[in-house]
Formats: sequence, structure tokens, C-alpha cells
Amino acid sequence: MSDGIKKFMFVNTKAPYGTVYALESLEVVLISAAFDQSVSLVFCDDGVFQIANNQNTDGSGMKNFSPAYKALGDYDINKLYVEKESLEERGLSLDNLMDLTYEDEDDDWAEKPSIILVSRAELADLMDEQDVVISS
Amino acid sequence: MKFTLLINEGPYQHQASDTAYQFAKAALEKGHEIYRVFFYNDGVNNATRLAIPPQDDRNITENWAALAKEHELDMVVCIAAAQRRGMLDADEAGRQGKDANNIHPAFRISGLGQLVEGGIQADRLLTFGD
Repeated sequence: MSDGIKKFMFVNTKAPYGTVYALESLEVVLISAAFDQSVSLVFCDDGVFQIANNQNTDGSGMKNFSPAYKALGDYDINKLYVEKESLEERGLSLDNLMDLTYEDEDDDWAEKPSIILVSRAELADLMDEQDVVISS
Repeated sequence: MKFTLLINEGPYQHQASDTAYQFAKAALEKGHEIYRVFFYNDGVNNATRLAIPPQDDRNITENWAALAKEHELDMVVCIAAAQRRGMLDADEAGRQGKDANNIHPAFRISGLGQLVEGGIQADRLLTFGD
């Protein structure tokens, strides 16, 4: 970290509403954006459900916080790694996930996808590159 | 080495806080530094001074408080997670118009920025939880 910037990776492994981990992890992620660090997110295991599209919590009385993921791009958080095997094991594909994008300031603000599909092995390598990994 | 510890689970229900405490003790004995201990999720419940565990069991909050006193540990409770769970210090209780407070004086309430800053300043950030 010669330039004083650390690589933070937030690993999300749990479904969004059964426990509070997903919501409170998102709160840390949004705060971390204010610290000018390199921030990425991982969605693996049941964590892939956190960014499933068409979430509806009307019947459960819980707050649907999924729209907040769409704001991540505005906070310069645009590396959202989704583990391929986790999707497949749950019968999901990219089509079942929200359309999460960011505007690339280095490319005339072109809208680009934030979701990066990675294999379990690639994810291990990515984790190895991090300075701080916070999982829940 | 300089460590920041993140504790995400409540006392007694889960071993996370005990393990973190044992780790902190061992690390300090070996001459390492604990930069900060940050309590998040249900981990904020470790800061209550009102718990009354059975006399033949450990008192997790008092253990942390004693270790903090001995080594001047910075123990921080996340304010957002604490408010959600009814964990208040006297200042916060006054501000929110509540009739009681429960945070042990060895802990201080602050924001999530303290966790991120702890990750930046420490050589290692260790998470204790599920």
C-alpha cells in the first residue's frame, strides 16, 4: 500500500432478509466509499440472493433495501464479483440479478456493468490480492 | 503487528466475543498492538453493563473492560447497530429522549467510519463471527 490506498473486499455470503448481515454489510460498504479506498464486493453462497432482481418484501413487513445496491455505482463502487458456482448451485443465472451499472468517467461516462462473474478459483486469487477482507 | 478486531456476534449466544478476547489477550502478551476493537451487528450487545451472568461463569463485558483498562484498548460500538438494538450511552439516551442507558464506560459509541479507519491503520483486520 505504497500509495496509502488499501484494497477492501466485502464478502457477502448470506441471503438478504433471514438475518441482518446483508443490510448491515451494505451500511459499512457505503461508509467505506467516503475513505477513498479501493472497494470491491463479493456475492457468493446465499449472498447471491442479495442482488436478485424483483425483490418484494411486502408480505414480510421488512424493508426492501435492494434499491440501495443500484446506488453503489454513484459511490465509485463498481467491482461486484459474483461467484459463478454459487449462482449455478442455486439454479440462477445473470438474468436473475439486478442490472447494476456505473458510469465510467475515463470513457466519456459510458454506462458499464458493475457485475463481474468469476469462478470460485478466480475468487480465491482475488481475495489473496486484498489488504482487508470483511465477510458476513 | 498491529491488529484491528471486528466482533459481529453477541455474548454467550456465540463464541465470537470469547475467541476475540482470548486472541487479544494472547496477542498483547506477545507484544503485538491492538489498534481497535470494533463491535458490530449483534456484537454491540457485548457492551452492556447490565448483564448478570451466573457467578460461576465468565463475565464477558467485564473481561473486555479489564483488558481495555490494562492495555488502554480503544473499544468502539457502532452507533447505528447499537441504536437498532437499544444500546445507548448516557449522552445518546439524552439526545433520543430515552429513560435509561446501558453501555459500559469502557466502551465508546461511534460511527462505522471507525471500522474502516481501523482497517486502514492496522496491519491486519480480523473478523470474529459467522
